[in-house]
Amino acid sequence: MDAIAIAADAAARARALGATDSEATVSEGSEFSAEIRLGQVEQVKEAGSSAIGIRVLVGTNTGSSYTSDFSAEGIDAMVARAMELARITTPDPYAGLPDPIDLGSVAGDLAIYSEATAAMEAPLKIELARRAERAALDTDPRINNSEGATFTSRLSLTAFVNSRGFEGSYRSSSCSLSCSPVAADNGRMERDYWFSLGRGPAQLDSPEEVGRKAAGRVLRRLNPRKVPTQKAAVVFEPRVARSIAGHLFELVSGDAIYRGSSMFAGKLGQTVASAKLTLVDDGTLPGLFGTTPFDDEGVPSRRTTVISAGVLNSFLLNSYAARKLGLRTTGSASRGITGNASVGHGNLFIAPGEASAADLLRAAGTGLYVTELMGFGFNPVTGDYSRGATGLWIENGELAYPVSEVTIAANFADMLMAVTPGSDLEFLGSVAAPALLFPEVTISGT
Amino acid sequence: MELSESFFGRHFGITERDLQSYLSTALSRGGDYADLYFEYLASTSLSIDEAIVKSATQGVTMGMGVRVLSGERTGYAYTDSLEPDKIRHAAAVAACIADGPATEPVAGFTEAARRDLYPVLSAPADQPLAERVKLVQRADEAARSCDPRVFQVQAVYIDNIKHVLVATSDGVLSFDRQPMARLAVSVLAREDGGVPQRGFAGGGGRVELPFFSNGHSPESFAREAARQAIVQLDAVEAPAGEQTVVLAPGWPGILLHEAVGHGLEADFNRKGVSAFSGRVGELVASPIVTVVDDGTMHSRRGSLNVDDEGQMTQRTVLIENGVLRGYLQDRLSSSITKAAATGNGRRESYHHVPMPRMTNTFMLAGESDPDDIVRSVKKGIYCRNFGGGQVNITNGDFVFSATESYLIEDGRVTRPVRGATLIGNGPESLKQVSMVGHDLKLDEGMGICGKDGQSVPVGVGLPTVRLDKMTVGGTA
Repeated sequence: MDAIAIAADAAARARALGATDSEATVSEGSEFSAEIRLGQVEQVKEAGSSAIGIRVLVGTNTGSSYTSDFSAEGIDAMVARAMELARITTPDPYAGLPDPIDLGSVAGDLAIYSEATAAMEAPLKIELARRAERAALDTDPRINNSEGATFTSRLSLTAFVNSRGFEGSYRSSSCSLSCSPVAADNGRMERDYWFSLGRGPAQLDSPEEVGRKAAGRVLRRLNPRKVPTQKAAVVFEPRVARSIAGHLFELVSGDAIYRGSSMFAGKLGQTVASAKLTLVDDGTLPGLFGTTPFDDEGVPSRRTTVISAGVLNSFLLNSYAARKLGLRTTGSASRGITGNASVGHGNLFIAPGEASAADLLRAAGTGLYVTELMGFGFNPVTGDYSRGATGLWIENGELAYPVSEVTIAANFADMLMAVTPGSDLEFLGSVAAPALLFPEVTISGT
Repeated sequence: MELSESFFGRHFGITERDLQSYLSTALSRGGDYADLYFEYLASTSLSIDEAIVKSATQGVTMGMGVRVLSGERTGYAYTDSLEPDKIRHAAAVAACIADGPATEPVAGFTEAARRDLYPVLSAPADQPLAERVKLVQRADEAARSCDPRVFQVQAVYIDNIKHVLVATSDGVLSFDRQPMARLAVSVLAREDGGVPQRGFAGGGGRVELPFFSNGHSPESFAREAARQAIVQLDAVEAPAGEQTVVLAPGWPGILLHEAVGHGLEADFNRKGVSAFSGRVGELVASPIVTVVDDGTMHSRRGSLNVDDEGQMTQRTVLIENGVLRGYLQDRLSSSITKAAATGNGRRESYHHVPMPRMTNTFMLAGESDPDDIVRSVKKGIYCRNFGGGQVNITNGDFVFSATESYLIEDGRVTRPVRGATLIGNGPESLKQVSMVGHDLKLDEGMGICGKDGQSVPVGVGLPTVRLDKMTVGGTA
């Protein structure tokens, strides 16, 4: 049986046992990774796995279960377990599947599966990692150690079926190359990394480029200073600015809105950010990492302008959050293979502005160019923002010297009102942002 | 226990002969060592949200992983199936890391010594679901009824039972049955339509249902979560810059986990990429600081009878009176560096290769009275609860995020302050410890540690501690 047929069979068994509705997911995947360190193969891992999950509704009670046992007995036990669990949950008038009119799939080739990834031989993958690390180690004698370079590739198949008539499946692939050199100077070590990823090997940067970029990043961190505590500007480089898009996602996620656990609750249609800020979620952009034909409830992926020139235009919603809020799903359901869907995103990005990186530094004048953030200091309920930071000090609009062991803090609402996005948008995953300038935050140091 | 009486013997008919044969396949192209890790995990998760039990999930995952070591090289493969041909295939894939004549596993197995740090009274799957649902319902009701300012409550209960079998080519055979349960409550409170604040509390460990009726009731966690949210309603801006910091006992032990724990994992030190590399015997903390990692504590979240490589866990002194004593070892690092094993080889699941990981990491009690510690501070902050933390092991910088803290003014704990990140440098920050309380406390049993994409349960602990200087990331 193929994956859709297996999922359909499980969903039908639940209906036969009395489920009002059911939905089943089959996930199959394989992974390969090779780690090179100091020129030697350190680890090679290769395996495949598969699992099935089901969610049933009995009236408005839900129950969920999963297994990796695809035998008839295994599937039966899983379905029976989900039905039993539906007896102990509470009826929830908002529980259910999406309206049939909302179900469907994006047509056409989304370019998320590359045969070339599947065809790649292990020795080539190992060689790419070796070349990336070599390039980093050869850059400068201060790079005298390494946490290695890694090549990973993944292939997966997702099939989803529900009792309202949805049946769909898609394959996806990814490969990535990363490199983490270590440099030392004056008795203190630093490390940094760079990576490249794609649906297929053709989208990867050359290993030499990955290695040299990683080397450049670690070298510029050597001999950092700790700066005095002050209020000053910060510029987030794009890799770090992605975290701001991630925090915005927490704020616009429908689950957080109906619970009141987002500072954006009740602010639809209001100005929540500078007019320079536009946030888009698009699950249909060909070849990118947040692209899928349908979400995890069988609703087609789409483009949603979440924040339009500073105005909160739309939340991101699955069918449950949509019903709770009296809105319509945005095709943003996310889950593993089982359980109630939560809210996810496709390719979520802050739209690029006009300013080049140099423009942003000039506009900042004095402050911190942030190249790494640490910790979990963002509270989406209150907007309290406080994180550990590493970067380069900006003096007279130019990068001057490395800085570490400081924090940056502000209220997130104030940060959004003052933000200026740069022009350099690059997708390094399903969340992306250009460089971002925040004209005043508190930098804590000495 | 004989293999035939073990979980995998009884349910899957696995025999010592099978294990020998799989290990022979794993070493069919040479290699110094191979091991097999079998895992069966049955989990239950229940959650209440808006006073509705919205979600109930149960499921089973099982599979096994094969590892082959050849010098410093590791080959790894796994399978979701315990069918012999699938296992043999995984063993053949892992074998490819070596390239030479076959080696042979030693004949026969010796079972690792047995311990029972977390007796399993009954499999959780056999306990009535209704009783477990009651836990989240009681938490919900308690949080709502304890204060009218509470307007949103979520509670999640998760338990699982994991059966593990490890067989190695040097003849070690170990079995373990590992229970785990956890109840967590999160609360939002608001005053007169103002900005909401959140609180979070919970607990658990390698325990079963009765744990939650003996002093760890859903009501106690709910009240604690509500208390934290309500305290925060009056919070003022946190200070910015270097401050004297007093850490409350218990969960603030996350300081040790980030400041020194990760940096002392042997893989980083073998490779020379940790800020603590090559520093055994050096003073890395104030002389009143002693830090241990102890995997042998009864029913604790980070405890293990035997680690995921079949090695007995133990109590390991990491820092003694300020002097660095040693690292946390797994099999690969201890064999390469000829160091004694410490039983810290852990993995998230059969999908993952074991690595050196912490178990329960804490600072031993000192001599100071906790009240005297607070009284000694003219101006500073008192941190009672934290969210997560993170460390850069190479330069030693680490952060941890305070979620409940207060100003200390003239030796007294005064106003609550907003959440703020604290940042320090591992080998330097523990030199700032000038007082250690006699009130060592372990955390409530909620800790999860992430490393290299693998999550494992851990514990931390700390007495009240004064750090003379640490950078606090507030805005005032």
